[in-house]
Amino acid sequence: MPGEEAILQVRNLSVRFRTMDGIVEAVRDANFSVAARETVAIVGESGSGKSQMMMAVMGLLAQNGYAQGLADYRGVDLLKLTPRQLNHIRGRKITMIFQEPMTSLDPLYTIGDQLTEPIIRHQALSGGEAFDRAIELLDLVRIPEARRRMRSYPYELSGGQRQRVMIAMAIANNPDLLIADEPTTALDVTIQAEILALLEDLQKRLGMGLVFITHDLGIVRRIADRVCVMQSGKIVEQGATERIFTSPAHPYTRMLLEAEPEGRKQPPPKGSPTVLEGRRIRVSFSIGGGLLAPPPLELRAVDDVSISLRRGQTIGIVGESGSGKSTLARALLKLLPSEGIIRFAGRDLADLDRAAMRPLRRELQIVFQDPFGSLSPRLTAGQIVSEGLLVHEPSLSAADRDRRAAQALAEVQLDPSLRNRYPHEFSGGQRQRIAIARAIILKPKVVVLDEPTSALDRQVQKQIVALLRDLQDAHELSYLFISHDLKVVHAMADHVIVMKDGKVVEEGDTQRIFDEPHHPYTMRLMAAALSGEAVPDTPQSADETRTFPLTR
Amino acid sequence: MTDLAVRTPVKGRSLWGDAWGRLRANRAAVVSAVYLCVMIIACVAGPWISPHGFSTIYQDYVRVPPSFKPYPADDTIEKSLEGAASRARVEIAEWREEGESVVARVTSSKTIDERITRYFDRTSAFENATAESRSPDGMQLTIRAQIERHRFLFGTDNVGRDLLTRTLIAGRVSLAIGLLAGLVAVIIGVLYGATSGFLGGRVDEVMMRIVDILYSLPFIFFVIMLVVFFGRNFVLMFLAVGAVLWLDMARIVRGQTLSIKRQEFVQAADALGVTQSGILRRHIIPNTLGPVVVYMTLLVPQVIILESFLSFLGLGVQEPMSSWGVLIAHGAKNIGTANWLLIFPSFFLTTTLFALNFIGDGLRDALDPKDR
Repeated sequence: MPGEEAILQVRNLSVRFRTMDGIVEAVRDANFSVAARETVAIVGESGSGKSQMMMAVMGLLAQNGYAQGLADYRGVDLLKLTPRQLNHIRGRKITMIFQEPMTSLDPLYTIGDQLTEPIIRHQALSGGEAFDRAIELLDLVRIPEARRRMRSYPYELSGGQRQRVMIAMAIANNPDLLIADEPTTALDVTIQAEILALLEDLQKRLGMGLVFITHDLGIVRRIADRVCVMQSGKIVEQGATERIFTSPAHPYTRMLLEAEPEGRKQPPPKGSPTVLEGRRIRVSFSIGGGLLAPPPLELRAVDDVSISLRRGQTIGIVGESGSGKSTLARALLKLLPSEGIIRFAGRDLADLDRAAMRPLRRELQIVFQDPFGSLSPRLTAGQIVSEGLLVHEPSLSAADRDRRAAQALAEVQLDPSLRNRYPHEFSGGQRQRIAIARAIILKPKVVVLDEPTSALDRQVQKQIVALLRDLQDAHELSYLFISHDLKVVHAMADHVIVMKDGKVVEEGDTQRIFDEPHHPYTMRLMAAALSGEAVPDTPQSADETRTFPLTR
Repeated sequence: MTDLAVRTPVKGRSLWGDAWGRLRANRAAVVSAVYLCVMIIACVAGPWISPHGFSTIYQDYVRVPPSFKPYPADDTIEKSLEGAASRARVEIAEWREEGESVVARVTSSKTIDERITRYFDRTSAFENATAESRSPDGMQLTIRAQIERHRFLFGTDNVGRDLLTRTLIAGRVSLAIGLLAGLVAVIIGVLYGATSGFLGGRVDEVMMRIVDILYSLPFIFFVIMLVVFFGRNFVLMFLAVGAVLWLDMARIVRGQTLSIKRQEFVQAADALGVTQSGILRRHIIPNTLGPVVVYMTLLVPQVIILESFLSFLGLGVQEPMSSWGVLIAHGAKNIGTANWLLIFPSFFLTTTLFALNFIGDGLRDALDPKDR
């Protein structure tokens, strides 16, 4: 905010890494500053160097990295300090929270242990005083029953609660500056909104500067005073949030802003036949059990769900993590054992075993979320794409298979001459195209898209959405589109199913669901996703309703 | 679309190619690999080139220390002559060296048979002994014999065999057992572990319990049993060592398989309708090979040591064949009087193990650069 003194000033900061392939420049000549009570958002796509820039400021670069330039914190150049001197500042005056709430807490220690340690270390308090202070902090980040939670281990808390604990640790020593590295990316939308509200509130109360690293422009608009836009290691534009959003100067910023998925899917013509139908599907897992263990718990992941997919239709399945949406889709493809009736093109699939399912597999395909995990790293793109042909058209010669693979790659707008490359040589978006090519090479009727765009940058997301829609028109495909990202669902689906705890809470035409949701859960989801507002759910917040079923 | 396909595809860089590049940048690993190659070539070709047979006994040169000087040395020629003469029951009247041969006049109180030249041939020092001239009474004989010069770079052992040749021939045995038993262990271990991990459930339980049972057999006891029933032989060594070491491999591969099985590319193959054996062959096994290769380079030294250990105990290869373990066992017995018997074989063994371990380390870094 104008008038406040700058806490952190970064001048001509460059970050380089020594790698096998020579020196890689991750950040080039970056300049920015953060004042007290100010929120600066750093946005950019993955690999743009936004995290490495702040890591360099914190002295947390990997072994082979080194930083040049100036990072001035109240007159001290952080880059010139020894690790020992740096430890007086970081963890106390400058603190950081990370993206992964699952891994950033040590699983072997209780919340209380982890929270009191930095307090004792930096504030010279006794154990008892630190304990009281820790409880205060947990209250501050709105964790209910703070005293009891002090004795909990990280696994007993939900993702949102863990992130709250991380925030409590970060603010324990009244920092001047909090660096938040994608703190909400791994969380569900409703919880994301709550965490953002909490951060905003804390910042106001404690008067600290906040650096918010994110790729999500929706968050930026809501929380930031100023924005730095980064592209391949360079800050290409910075300015007040309003100005950046209303009149972006740099073409890259404009591109980022326009990278929202757009358009709408028209519903299929009235009488188009039903291809895939599931009635009263149930999937349950048993947890625990064994010779000496207590009797197993039964967890019902999908509970009595019916669904019917017509030719050319796209059904969007939305819900938070753990709501059973992926499980439902896998059960429909008979990749998981389930109860209930599944019909494909009028044929009952319930009694078919692995071998009997095989000929039908070519009609039912799936594209996964993680473009890095879904392609075998030891096969070339061509081999991956043509693997289905080996199974379903074994009479094809190697040359024919190669030709078909090239065609499929061309169809997903990838250069077929790249087909002898290995997955690690492609970017995330290209890999997802390979995964799509693998699914469509067999000319399937139904494709399950399990969060196909979630791991991708906005811009790539938009392209993949367009590609998927084109393919659907060209081949009359039916999609089951699973996503927690409602904007993408809005652009892709003509019918939406909202799931919560394994049950369908609401279902209907996309436009109707988005315009006038009936169920309170759907309303909350819409509010959080589209406007970024946290809608309190009485009597408890959404975060806390997800108590852990495994603790008996 | 077809002309796109006709265009020559760009060659990709496989993970193996990347790993190879990183391995070549690792100096210790490259030096080790070169050293190992030299060692293998020496062990394979050395015994053929060497002038000494690995089981040839030089009676006169028992336990000679290593040196570049040829034997017999000048001061020992007389001793050799006298030794041969006394065995032939004649006396040396005079002798002289003429270039590379020696001429000796021998006398006796009886008539001398010309065939006594054989006694001179039989010594390690002379060859082609001929009777040159004979005195009329037959009681004197002039014998001309070529001096046979031998070099023992590593010295000789207790019975007078060349240690260099024996070390090389022993290296052949040790390396062969190491590589073959290692390979056997890897093949059995990978197939068994991958099958067990992939099928999972009850099959996995049973297969891993079998592994546990085999683990619980004491190794030495197992080998002694084999030796008792089948007698000592070379093939048995492979069986014994291979049968024990695949267990570790099976466990490692099973663990790998369990984690790979949950990856999305395996699920994707499943959704494509690929058969179980296809998934195992195309997806799971190639992805476990990284750790397998690393483990194998560390397994080979383990096998060599095991074999040495068995040979040390006398359960391994038999004389006159030898392995490094056997040689070291002999050397250990003579450590006070003939330390070279211990030094050379142990140097060969340890440097080879070092080289293998360095290569293993290099491979691990090359295959998984994130771990560094």
